[in-house]
Amino acid sequence: MTEPSEETQAAAEAPQEIIAEPAAPAAPPVVEAVPAAVAEPEPAPIPAPPPTEPARRPLVKRHHGLVRLTHWANAVLLVGMIGSGLQIYMAFTHFGPRGGPYYPNPWDGKPFPLSVRLGGWLAGGLNWHFALAWPFVLSGLLYLGYLVFTGEWRSLLFRPRDVPRAWQMQLYYLRLRKEHPPQGKHNALQKLAYTSILLLGILSVLTGFAIYKPTELAWLTALFGGYQPARYWHFWAVWIFVAFTLVHVALVLLVDPASLRAMITGWYRGRFPSHD
Amino acid sequence: MTDDRFPKNLGALSRRDMIRLGLTAGAASLATACGWQGGPLMPAIQGASRLNDWVGEKIFLSSRHLAPQYPHSARTPEGAFPAYSITHPLPQLTDPAGWALEVGGLVRQPTRLTLEMIQAMPRVRYTVKHHCVEGWSAIATWTGASLASVVRLAQPTAAAKYLRFDSFDKGYSNGWDLESAMHPQTILAYAFNDHPLGPAHGAPLRLYSPVKLGYKLTKYLTKITFTAERPGGYWEDQGYPWLGGV
Repeated sequence: MTEPSEETQAAAEAPQEIIAEPAAPAAPPVVEAVPAAVAEPEPAPIPAPPPTEPARRPLVKRHHGLVRLTHWANAVLLVGMIGSGLQIYMAFTHFGPRGGPYYPNPWDGKPFPLSVRLGGWLAGGLNWHFALAWPFVLSGLLYLGYLVFTGEWRSLLFRPRDVPRAWQMQLYYLRLRKEHPPQGKHNALQKLAYTSILLLGILSVLTGFAIYKPTELAWLTALFGGYQPARYWHFWAVWIFVAFTLVHVALVLLVDPASLRAMITGWYRGRFPSHD
Repeated sequence: MTDDRFPKNLGALSRRDMIRLGLTAGAASLATACGWQGGPLMPAIQGASRLNDWVGEKIFLSSRHLAPQYPHSARTPEGAFPAYSITHPLPQLTDPAGWALEVGGLVRQPTRLTLEMIQAMPRVRYTVKHHCVEGWSAIATWTGASLASVVRLAQPTAAAKYLRFDSFDKGYSNGWDLESAMHPQTILAYAFNDHPLGPAHGAPLRLYSPVKLGYKLTKYLTKITFTAERPGGYWEDQGYPWLGGV
């Protein structure tokens, strides 16, 4: 399998970007426009591919290098943050001030197995957690900076107008609606998921700082209800991250495996070219 | 538009990528497995800990940031306030009357302070939250003399950058930065919840401050030494963060 030349790729990309604009209201079914775009070579000495070969999907550039880098860095860092975090949890397996009562927690008083812990003991867990925290924050800031700088936040941020679209998308998934609702790079449910997980990342970092410096950053700790509540939210964020990751990976593998390649190489050839 | 919802051919590259991803994920989970401490990465992790000490001292720590204070009603029941020591049973003086705090090292006025002298100094009393490195917290009232006034009494030389606190708890000691020592809420405490410090909480005198984690708050004090080099400490030497600032 050879990749198309730079020019072909550029040609394939440009018209799709226009299509991806959510502003075009009565846009024709997005996918149909795509083979036409590919079949139109720019210098044009090559004849258009015969119509007997329309099933070939277009190869499109989906993810910028910075997005891929921060995505995988985040994946590895999150594993380390959670492993070392569970090691730290082992030192005091409750939430709430001494003298109790402790907050509801299915893991109250329970240890986590060695196999999911990083650091070996409390000091090791702490050192790992505090060492990985900076690259974790940095990677998050790089990604957010990318979204803001390129304007890509528009295709990712879940806004009030996405509520009815999310509902339509849900109906489609429940097979109560036949047609896949029109969308830009992401559908409204994806926007909801990715916006939420970004907020969760921000919440994790802020609650982390609230636990790290509860006296120096007393205002931040107070914002989360105090030191023990901040620990509590920080811990729950872990399970939302874990649940998100499981669903995220399952959806990639079951619904759109080509998107895995896109997140590695940047190039997508799959059944949802309308994403681009 | 052909709707093949379940593509059969993912392409060779995509499959190879998946294997690659699997290897990466496998390596990551192996790293986490078995409570791994860090192996060859340990020096880097320790280096990051130094960096965090620097950030904690230069960026987060400020003598103007005072710990929030709580009403008496918020105090943790005394029986629920944990107390740790290295020596078991609890370290206790055989001759409490002969005890005195030695203050020396890089100072112009080496001095020896009895408990009466320390109790005669201006009194600091507050009800604050105690943060343990383990993650628990508890509230108590502490009374003592400001460490800053003892520092002024001893007059450290310009070369003095750190303090070393020694105890009679089997070699337990801590090293502190000068700025944390000068924090207005850092005290040499002789009372816990308005009664004299008991052996569980470091009698006759302990270091206390709401800007440090519990393991930095040396109990059973015997000596304060001003140094130019960063002193180690009982837990710090074993790998715990040196600054321990909160």
